[in-house]
Amino acid sequence: MSPAILLLLALGLGLAGWLAARARAWGFKRASGGTRLAALPTYHAWYVALWIVVPVLLFIIVWSAIAPQLIVNSVLASPIAADLPEFGMQRQQILSEARAAASGSTTALFNPASRDFVEPFREAISRTNWIGIASTLAIALLGGIWSFLRLKPDFTARTRVERAVMVVLLLASLIAILTTLGILASLVFETVRFFGMVDPWSFLTGTHWGPDPMANPDNPDPTRYGAIPLFWGTIFIGAIIAMIVAIPLGLMSAIYLTQYANPKLRAWVKPALEVLAGVPTVVYGYFAALTVAPAIRDIALSLGAANPSTESALAAGLVMGVMIIPFVSSMADDSIAAVPQAMRDGSLAMGATNSETIRRVLIPAALPGIVAGVMLAISRAIGETMIVVMAASTAANLSANPLDRMTTVTVQIVKMLTGEGSFDHPATLSAFALGFVLFMVTLGLNFVALRVVKRFREAYE
Amino acid sequence: MSERTAPTRTAVFEKRLKKRYSSERRFKALGMGAILFSVFVLAFLLVTMTLNGIGGFQRTELTVPIDFTQTGIAANAETLAQSGAVQSLEAQGLPEVVQFAAQQRVGDEGAAELGSQAWRLVANAIVADPTILDREVSFDLPASEDLSAAYSGDGKAALQPLAQRLAEQGHLSNNFDEGFLTRSDATDPQEVGIWGALKGSILTMIITLALAFPIGVLAALYLEEYAPKNHWTDVIEVSINNLAAVPSIIFGLLGLAVFLWLFPNMRSAPLIGGMTLALMTMPVIVIAGRNAIKAVPPSIRDGALAVGASPVQVVFHHVLPLALPGILTGTIIGMARALGETAPLLMIGMRAFVATPPDGFTSPATVLPVQIFLWSDEIDRGFVERTSAAIIVLLLFLLLMNGLAIYLRNRFEKSW
Repeated sequence: MSPAILLLLALGLGLAGWLAARARAWGFKRASGGTRLAALPTYHAWYVALWIVVPVLLFIIVWSAIAPQLIVNSVLASPIAADLPEFGMQRQQILSEARAAASGSTTALFNPASRDFVEPFREAISRTNWIGIASTLAIALLGGIWSFLRLKPDFTARTRVERAVMVVLLLASLIAILTTLGILASLVFETVRFFGMVDPWSFLTGTHWGPDPMANPDNPDPTRYGAIPLFWGTIFIGAIIAMIVAIPLGLMSAIYLTQYANPKLRAWVKPALEVLAGVPTVVYGYFAALTVAPAIRDIALSLGAANPSTESALAAGLVMGVMIIPFVSSMADDSIAAVPQAMRDGSLAMGATNSETIRRVLIPAALPGIVAGVMLAISRAIGETMIVVMAASTAANLSANPLDRMTTVTVQIVKMLTGEGSFDHPATLSAFALGFVLFMVTLGLNFVALRVVKRFREAYE
Repeated sequence: MSERTAPTRTAVFEKRLKKRYSSERRFKALGMGAILFSVFVLAFLLVTMTLNGIGGFQRTELTVPIDFTQTGIAANAETLAQSGAVQSLEAQGLPEVVQFAAQQRVGDEGAAELGSQAWRLVANAIVADPTILDREVSFDLPASEDLSAAYSGDGKAALQPLAQRLAEQGHLSNNFDEGFLTRSDATDPQEVGIWGALKGSILTMIITLALAFPIGVLAALYLEEYAPKNHWTDVIEVSINNLAAVPSIIFGLLGLAVFLWLFPNMRSAPLIGGMTLALMTMPVIVIAGRNAIKAVPPSIRDGALAVGASPVQVVFHHVLPLALPGILTGTIIGMARALGETAPLLMIGMRAFVATPPDGFTSPATVLPVQIFLWSDEIDRGFVERTSAAIIVLLLFLLLMNGLAIYLRNRFEKSW
C-alpha cells in the first residue's frame, strides 16, 4: 500500500468530519434559536478535521517506516525461510527480488530460489496493507468521534484551532534549524569517518592530492590526501582571479549607475545586470569551456606561452568573475545609496568634482558595506561548482600561473561523489571532509561580513 | 580699499583644474566602460548561444519517398492500435523496406548513412495514420551523425563529396526538427530531444514548490508576526540567514547523506531532487516573505484587531493576502534559481542517462541543466549545437519566470 493512498483516505475522512461538524454546529445554532455560538461553525469543522487528519498523518509516517520491516519479518517467520542461505548478499538478493515480483514492479526473476518467496511476500504485503487501512480508519474514527462529541454551543473551537495553527507555524520555522542540523550532522559524521582513515593533519597540510578510488580502502595512503593544492586552486580561481574581474567592474558599475547615469539608462542597465546574475551557472560553465577557454589558450599561444592548457584557471576565474559582477554591484549600490545626500552635497559645495566626491567621501563612508559585499561575493565564488567543474581541470596543481591547470574543492567533491567508488572508501568520504571545510569557510565569511556591516556601518542620524 | 584679491584663476590653478576635470572624465568613462563591458559580455553570451543553438533546433534529413503499395507490409487500423504495433512492423521488415527505399533514392552509399533509428519515424507515422499504407509518401528521415557532420562542412572528409552531391540533388537538407522538443536523451545527436529533461525539471519544480512555498510562507509569518523576541527566535533567524548563504553543492551533500539514506531506492528521482532543492529555496522564500509582510502597514493589523479579529485571523485574513504578491515575486525568483541549479542534483545521482521521460515523481529522471551538463561532455559537433539549443530553451523558461515576477511586482506593487 503506497502512502499516497492512505493519505488520500485520510484527507477524505477529514473532509467528511469537516462537513459533519459544520452541520452539527449549524444545528446548535438553529436549536438554540439563533444565539451566538462560542465559535463560528467553520471553526468547529476545522477542529474535527484536524483531530482526524493529524493523528492519521503521524500514523502514516510511522507506518511507512515500519511496514517494510514487518513484511520481511512475517516472511522470515514462515517455515520455508529456514531454507534461505545464511546472512549475506545472496539472501538479500533473493528477498528483494521476490519482493519486487510480489509487488508487481518487476516480472523477471533471475534467482530461482526467490520464486518460492513470491507467494509469501504477496500474502504478507496484502496482510500489512489491510492492517494499515484498518488502523487508519480506526484512528480516524477515534479522533473524529472524540472531537465530535466535544462540540457544544459554548465550545471554544476557535482558540483550539488557532493554537494548532501556531504550532504549525512554529514547526515550519523549525525546519530551518533542522536543515542546518542535517547539514552539520551529515558532514560531520562522514568527515569523522574519513578522519578515522586519514589523519586530519596530513589532510589539512599535505601538498599532494591524488586519491585513488581503486586503492585498498582499509589502508589508505595519507600522503595522497593533502588538500592544500585544492584550497589554493579554490582561492586562486574564486578569490583572486574572479575578484580581480568582479570588484572593479562591479564597483564602477554601481558608481556609474548611482551617481552618473540618468534614470532611463538605469532602468535598462540594472535589469540587464540582474539577468547576468540569473543565468544558470551551467550555462556560464558551458560558455567558459566552449568559448572562453579556447580563446585564452590561443591568445596565450600567440603571446608565446609554453603549452597553455584549455582548462586553465584563468578561463574559469574570468567567467566566474563576470557572474559575480552583479552581486558586487548591487551590494555596493545599496551601501552607496545609504550615504546621506548631505555629505555628498557638502563635498560638491566645497568645489570637489563628482569623482573626487565619490572617491574621497562616498566610498570611504560606504566601505563597510562594500567590504561585506566583497566577502559575500568571495564566499559565493568559492562555493560555485558548475563553472569550475566544466571549465577548470581535475588535476591538483600548486602553481601561481593562471594559465596552469588547477582544480578546486567543489570540483573534487563532484569528482569523488560521481565516480564509481563505494561509500566506505576514503576517496569518497574525502568529499564530505572537503564539503565540511567549504561549509565552515563560507559560513565564516558570511558571519564576518555581517559583523563588519553591523559594527562599522556608520549610523547617520 | 586698495586691498586687492589675488586672481583666483592663476595659471597654476587653471592647470590643476584641467587635470581635475580630465580625471573626472576618466573616472566617468571608466564607470561607463565597466557597464558596457558587463552588458557586452551578456550580449556576447546570448548571441553565441543563439547562433550555436539555432542549428540545434534543426537536423540533417534525407528525403525518402516510400511507396507502401509495393512493400507488402500488411496492417490495419485495428492491429496498429495495439501496444506492440511498432514491433510488429519491425518484424514485418519495415527497417529493410525503409533501407531499400533509401537505396532507390540516394544510392547505396547514401542509404548507408541513413540514421539507424530512422525506420521508427516511419513506423510511428504508420501507427498514427494507417491509410498511408495505401499510397506513396515522402519522409524526411534523419541522416547519420557522420553525414550530418559532413554536410555542415567538417567530420569525415570522405563523406563530404557525398553530402554535397545529395544536397545538390535536393535529397539532403537541414530541416526544423520538431522532435527536439518531444524526444528524450539518446546517444546520437541526431536522435536526441529535451522533452525527458524538461518533464523531469517540471516534476522536480512541482515538488520544490509544494514543499518550499508553504513552509517558507508559514515560517516567514511566524518570525514576522508572532515570534517572541528570545534566544530561540534568534537561533531560527540566524540559521535561515545562514542557509541562504550555504553553497548549493552542500545541499547536494545533505540530500545524498540524508534523503538517499532514508530512500535508497529513489536515486535520481524527481522527488528527492525536489526535496533537496526545496531546502535550498525555502530560505529565499522566507527572506522575501518577511520583507513583504513587513511592508504591510501596522494600521491594517490594528484595524482588524480593533473590530475583534484574533491574531490568527488578522494574519490570515488581512496581512497574508496583502503580502502575497510580494511573497510570490520572491518565490518565483527562488524557483528560477532552483530551475537553473545543477550541482546539488549531480550529487544525488540525477546524472544518469535517462532515455525515457519520467512517468512519475519516483521514476528516474534528469533535469534540463543536468542534461546540458551531460551533453556538454560530448565532443561531437552535433552535441555542441544541441547543447546550445537546450540552453536556449532553459533561458527562455527563466526569462518567462523573471518576466512574470516583474509583471507581478508592477501589477500589485502598492504604496501605503
